[in-house]
Amino acid sequence: MSDTGSDSEASATEHTALMDGHIAEARPDREIAERIARKRKSKSESQRNYGSVERREESGQGDNRDPGPSSSNPGVQMETQVEELELKYGARHVIKLFVPVTLCMLVVVATISSINFYSVKDVYLAYTPFHEESPYAVTKVWNALANSMILLSVIALMTVLLIVLYKKRCYKIIHGWLILSSLMLLFLFSYLYIEEALRAYNIPMDYITLVFVMWNFGVMGMIVIHWKGPLRMQQAYLIFIAALMALVFIKYLPEWTTWAVLAVISIWDLVAVLTPKGPLRILVETAQERNEPIFPALIYSSTVMYCMAAPGVAVGSAGGSGAPVQGEQRPRELRPLNPNGAQAAGGENRGGGGGTEGDGEGGFDAAWRARGGSPRRLRVDSTAPAHYTTRLDRPRPPPPPPTDAEDEKGVKLGLGDFIFYSVLVGKASSYGDWNTTLACFVAILIGLCLTLLLLAIFKKALPALPISITFGLIFYFATRCVVKPFADALAAEQVFI
Amino acid sequence: MTLAEFFSCSLLAFGAPLAMFALTIANDPVRIIIMIAAAFGWLLSFLVSSLVWYAVVPLRSHLAFGMVFAVIIQEVFRYGMYRLLRKTEAGLKEISENHDIGTNKMEMAYVSGLGFGTMSGAFALVNVLADSVGPGTLGLYNGTEFFFVTSAAMTLCMILLNTFWSIIFFSGLDEKSHIKIVWVVGSHFFVSGLSLLNRNQFYAATILPSYIVLVATAVMAFKSAGGTGKSLMQTLSSGS
Repeated sequence: MSDTGSDSEASATEHTALMDGHIAEARPDREIAERIARKRKSKSESQRNYGSVERREESGQGDNRDPGPSSSNPGVQMETQVEELELKYGARHVIKLFVPVTLCMLVVVATISSINFYSVKDVYLAYTPFHEESPYAVTKVWNALANSMILLSVIALMTVLLIVLYKKRCYKIIHGWLILSSLMLLFLFSYLYIEEALRAYNIPMDYITLVFVMWNFGVMGMIVIHWKGPLRMQQAYLIFIAALMALVFIKYLPEWTTWAVLAVISIWDLVAVLTPKGPLRILVETAQERNEPIFPALIYSSTVMYCMAAPGVAVGSAGGSGAPVQGEQRPRELRPLNPNGAQAAGGENRGGGGGTEGDGEGGFDAAWRARGGSPRRLRVDSTAPAHYTTRLDRPRPPPPPPTDAEDEKGVKLGLGDFIFYSVLVGKASSYGDWNTTLACFVAILIGLCLTLLLLAIFKKALPALPISITFGLIFYFATRCVVKPFADALAAEQVFI
Repeated sequence: MTLAEFFSCSLLAFGAPLAMFALTIANDPVRIIIMIAAAFGWLLSFLVSSLVWYAVVPLRSHLAFGMVFAVIIQEVFRYGMYRLLRKTEAGLKEISENHDIGTNKMEMAYVSGLGFGTMSGAFALVNVLADSVGPGTLGLYNGTEFFFVTSAAMTLCMILLNTFWSIIFFSGLDEKSHIKIVWVVGSHFFVSGLSLLNRNQFYAATILPSYIVLVATAVMAFKSAGGTGKSLMQTLSSGS
């Protein structure tokens, strides 16, 4: 447990958002929008000769490296189209984020309400030495604060460690760490989960079947997350491991500590992403300097990431992520810290630019990589920042995506964000009142909406946690203390307002 | 047996709204967002009304007091949704791929009304449903066996009423027709006031008039949205 905790927590936080944000800054949306506009016009051509289109785009885009109107002639009509396109990436991508976040929360809430194991407090993590056993509220409060400070310092330490490793180019270590984390998560935690589920529903199962099922599940998960696989499967696995991590948090953190940790992590997210000397920002800048993708792991992406080995080479698998290019780039890429407990992953997610390798690790970043810019081009040149690549889908000859331009800009969100949203809603549901759960759920969705709106306005990386968690916490405490009694009184008398 | 009751009550209350959601809203992302925003708006209004109820400690057991404030605050928030939606109409058009959004002025009214209603119904019924699964039920030793069914029926009524009220309210504000606004507020007070009789289990006296008001409000909403008897016949006869 403690191991997972450490790994996950370390990475669990802000990386992705920060990463993305930075990336997003470097590449203004209009570039992407322009490319897409151009691509739309020359869609048929692009489908025929992939390589040339890219080269053409490259050259066309070459000037666009610096923000500013790229061309003068198509300039004007491009402008309006660009404006339209930029804004059009709004609603659909919000929904693309709503659905997985809702699914993750549903899994967590369903588990908490049906399997008693996750609501029972027996053992605690090593990071939370104060177990809140005193009957006095004041003691509990300082216990909670102390615990959350310890956790935060562990996370910060791990983040710094990660940055050091990254700067020293110890990619193999990071890579190994990530693989180990996801192994642990996919096998050990899933096994514990299935064991508790079987126990809760009183279903007997022999070890042979169990080993068979677990082996297949785990190996499939490793393949799909770290390599290639169908997009939906990858998304499903990522949602599941985020839910597992959230359940770990809910079970192994003392009551008040959970709420304190949520608040503290949101503040940390805000600080780490927005301050100039924030650790995540440093990470992003380093990755940008080296023109490398950052921590692709554990980011939920709504589109498939294609990799291209070189101009003219056929696009990689539909499944996304891994493509031949990925293969070559792999040694140089950083795998996102696998959340060994999803934490790590979660944390990493943020960063992930991942994208490119994408493995489709989908991440959602509040940074909304979609705005990222012309990944493709960079990808061909060098290991361009992953996010870029990930973001765009190349229309590929075999099954071209119907809504080309729109589909091209996928959305990413870090798994850490998933985890903490689910922790909040899961914890709210563990008290048994469904009004509270519903209120927190709606509050988090609205927070996510607002975050994406801010992202659309400011076009830079933003942390996904603060607004949603703040809303969630406010509504949790308000609903539990004030709304619940009123609603209960009304429901008991059958008075409908 | 309790499980059957759980499913029947939940489908009774939420079946029609779920169908409305799946057919009209689920396809369009902007509508989904508006619906969730409206649900959030209702949540805020309920929070404010709970604060009022909670603050006035001696009157806590007199739900009529809380109910009056809840209705007033809900209507205020409905007005707030109207202002918000009218102001951001242009913005919505931008972020939507569906260029027809906003062409029908009542579209946003319908969506926000459904959001309001769904949240209101969910808050009213979800805990009751969770209890209905439980090992016990009402009507054996105490209470009436119709508790769950009548709660579900009233919830359905309120969800649909909220939808129609929003349509009428928005159209009333657009056309500056005071009758519509008075009808919305008045019928809301009427239906909520009637439900106060539920504690004495006069279900016939509360549910029937509420549904009559529902039908009348539905007709009014249909007319406000521009429907006529002819267009209704056309829709029904044209098939899908």
